Amino acid sequence: MPDYILEMKNITKDFSGVKALDDVNLKVKRGDIHALCGENGAGKSTLMNILSGLYPIDSYSGDIIYDGELCQFKKLKDSEEKGIVIIHQELALSPYLSIKENLFLGNEQAKRGVIDWNLTERKTEELLKTVGLREDPNTLVSQIGVGHQQLVEIAKAFAKNVQLLILDEPTAALNEEESENLLELVKAFKKQGITSIIISHKLNEVVNISDRITILRDGRTIETLEKNEISEERIIRGMVGRDLTNRYPDRQANIGEVYFEIKDWTVHHPIDSSRVMNQNLNLTIRRGEIIGIAGLMGAGRTEFAMSVFGRSYGSQISGKVFKNGKEIDVSSVPSAINNGLAYVSEDRKSLGLNLLMDVRQNTTLSSLEKVSHHGILDKEMETKLAEDYRKRMRTKTNSVFQNVASLSGGNQQKVVLSKWLATEPEILFLDEPTRGIDVGAKYEIYTIIEEMAAEGKCICIISSELPEILGMCDRIYTMNEGRFTGEVLRENANQEVLMNLMTIEKERVI
Amino acid sequence: MEKVVNDTQAKAKFQLGEKLLDIFSKYSMIIILVILLIAFQLMTGGIFLRPLNITNIVLQNSHILVLAAGMLLVVLLGYVDLSVGSVMAFVGSIAGLLMVNNGVSPLIAVPICLLIGALIGAWQGFWVAYVEIPAFIVTLAGLLMFRGLTQVVLGGQSLAPFPVGFQKISTGYLPDLFGGNGLHIFSLVLGAILALLVIYAQWKARKKRKKNQFETSSLPTFILGAIFLAAIIMLLSFVFASYQGFPVILIILAIIVILYGFLTNKTVVGRQIYATGGNKKSAELSGINTKKITFWVFVNMGLMAALAGLILAARLNAATPQAGQSLELDAMASVYFGGASTSGGIGTVMGAIVGGLVMGVLNNGMSILGIGVDWQQAIKGLILLLAVVLDLYNKKRKISQ
Repeated sequence: MPDYILEMKNITKDFSGVKALDDVNLKVKRGDIHALCGENGAGKSTLMNILSGLYPIDSYSGDIIYDGELCQFKKLKDSEEKGIVIIHQELALSPYLSIKENLFLGNEQAKRGVIDWNLTERKTEELLKTVGLREDPNTLVSQIGVGHQQLVEIAKAFAKNVQLLILDEPTAALNEEESENLLELVKAFKKQGITSIIISHKLNEVVNISDRITILRDGRTIETLEKNEISEERIIRGMVGRDLTNRYPDRQANIGEVYFEIKDWTVHHPIDSSRVMNQNLNLTIRRGEIIGIAGLMGAGRTEFAMSVFGRSYGSQISGKVFKNGKEIDVSSVPSAINNGLAYVSEDRKSLGLNLLMDVRQNTTLSSLEKVSHHGILDKEMETKLAEDYRKRMRTKTNSVFQNVASLSGGNQQKVVLSKWLATEPEILFLDEPTRGIDVGAKYEIYTIIEEMAAEGKCICIISSELPEILGMCDRIYTMNEGRFTGEVLRENANQEVLMNLMTIEKERVI
Repeated sequence: MEKVVNDTQAKAKFQLGEKLLDIFSKYSMIIILVILLIAFQLMTGGIFLRPLNITNIVLQNSHILVLAAGMLLVVLLGYVDLSVGSVMAFVGSIAGLLMVNNGVSPLIAVPICLLIGALIGAWQGFWVAYVEIPAFIVTLAGLLMFRGLTQVVLGGQSLAPFPVGFQKISTGYLPDLFGGNGLHIFSLVLGAILALLVIYAQWKARKKRKKNQFETSSLPTFILGAIFLAAIIMLLSFVFASYQGFPVILIILAIIVILYGFLTNKTVVGRQIYATGGNKKSAELSGINTKKITFWVFVNMGLMAALAGLILAARLNAATPQAGQSLELDAMASVYFGGASTSGGIGTVMGAIVGGLVMGVLNNGMSILGIGVDWQQAIKGLILLLAVVLDLYNKKRKISQ
């Protein structure tokens, strides 16, 4: 038997011209717990999707050697047949089916199409015992907690005779105790000879559990650490160390007095109102200042911005918002817009744009009253306004009548920015403003953001990319688990400082 | 050398083909309508396009066109309204109760009926917009409820006859103020005024575009287009004039088409409807009150269903329990025929009206040819499917370019 259960060699994958993975190599020893670390967008999930066959063989280049043989997976089922099972961040269970039905979904214990329920139930009980879950096999999945659902997913992997278990952010939605149980379980599997690959942002867990760690950054393999080299500091250095020259415009900040202020902002989950998503957040922005909110995925950054912007997220929202010393009403999107707020969402396509409409219609969507009289549109005025912003943003389109769906990511983002600038806002929240945009267009967008700040607007950038935060922001709030864990001025900040603050967990907050 | 010439020729040919395809995809429904008109004209030996029959097509389909206009807005939001046929019948029954049984004047009864329609729309709109029950379910419930209530009001009987003044909504013609013999001069004059107005409006729009230095079509193209448009309006006026003149219902229809065209094209509300239907989340985050929009679109649909119910009752000169049955399907078919998308955000009033006319022409033409109702249904269904397939193909081709 070969020493390495899995070797992925020279994997390169691009999404319509943008390289997501560039010559990535990964070697996993048999029986190891191997961690995959990297910032958001470093390419971890893409790599695992290639391994599982979700991205078929002809959509990337490079070789996968599993158990000594070259594999060419065309679909998920191909990799599962070899014993490779991936458990995604978002659980893939069917909520209104029972545990036993879920365990054997697509793998039904049937004879000539008729399901043998007794056999199914017996096997389910065995599997649940393996993962240490005490639930009735007939319970609906929607009736058990997330932690137990995670265990059902793992049991499902065992039903498929798993050899290599891949866990993508397995503890992201779990509490402390559930996380610990899960990690213990993974260790127990190791004793049974099962190899695991674990993707996690929680560095203390990773350090605790893994035998070896491979670090990815910007779609490349940076290094693989052996057990004796592993430490949180070492991982952080590998994840963030990158060249920062000339990727951001020179910032000559001209910062005035405090203009915008949020006090004691608390938000609960929209459906499960017992879950606190944002807790007692306090934030100030001065005139002409660019502040940043740094945090890993799931830290509650987007939830914060959207709840401030017209309560577009969450329930039981409490806290106050002040502009220029006076409290303002942000309880609905129109009133937030009227009070000078704008929110550029992180998901351009599903939240920012109307893909059926052209550049002109998207540009004016939030400021229709500016291009109409008594509710009747003045199309000439509208075209002119859109044209003005097209020129100002240097959006590359044939005309303002071009459909936005056919534009590149960078130009689509410029249309979203145009839409919000057309409302003449005073405070802008920019949520992942350069996600999925190539480097050239990023620079242009940064320039636009600086111009807005120079006009005296208050700007808040939310970003998972630390270099972006460090390159753009005058002051940075760090966030984890729905709280601000630190506030750092630009001159005192670097990636290690931020990463350390971003990973402070609740118990350690003083 | 020869090869190069061949290549450029082939290229030119290819471009011409592309251009024709483009024109076809843009006006495919109108082209299909014209083809149908010519085909029926040939097959019926010239009966089809006679003034009498053209007038009949308008009279027979007016209520569907009214429904289609209202349904378009609902479909633009990505919903359907299954209840409109039943609402028509219910409103018709109320009209009968008021005018036939109690002798209420049409001048009072008609506004009351329209108000009831709007209230029904508000009832359904409330559930869809604010409680977020799927429109399919709410209006399915409406379909059952209002059909049932119609039976309750009518007690299973038909109510007739309506006052003559009320019947005129569907069967009346404009009076000829000039008393022409054979030819209805007043209709011709009206047509001429309309043609002049349309040309003037287009000329003004062109001038404004020029002033703002936007691209405009060349002057000869513009003149040619204007002459073509005026010719069509005059030709239609002549056709109607040579029978009994413009029917009253045609004027009502024209007003509805103009109003809805204006609403969807030129108003903030219209833009907000398209934005909501195209991407509700993004519309909400852009500050559009999508709930309010949804509510009022259903109120409007109720109003239109009531108007269609009155038109139908006036034409049949009776309020019957079965009135309007399955007309919701005709209305939806018209809208989808006209290029609207089932997921919302795409569709035009002109498309819906042309779609309705295609359905009407098919009905009328096949009836003249003596094709049974059974086969008519089957053929209509097949043509609807083909039309939508064609539309989808066009859109895909456009995207792949």
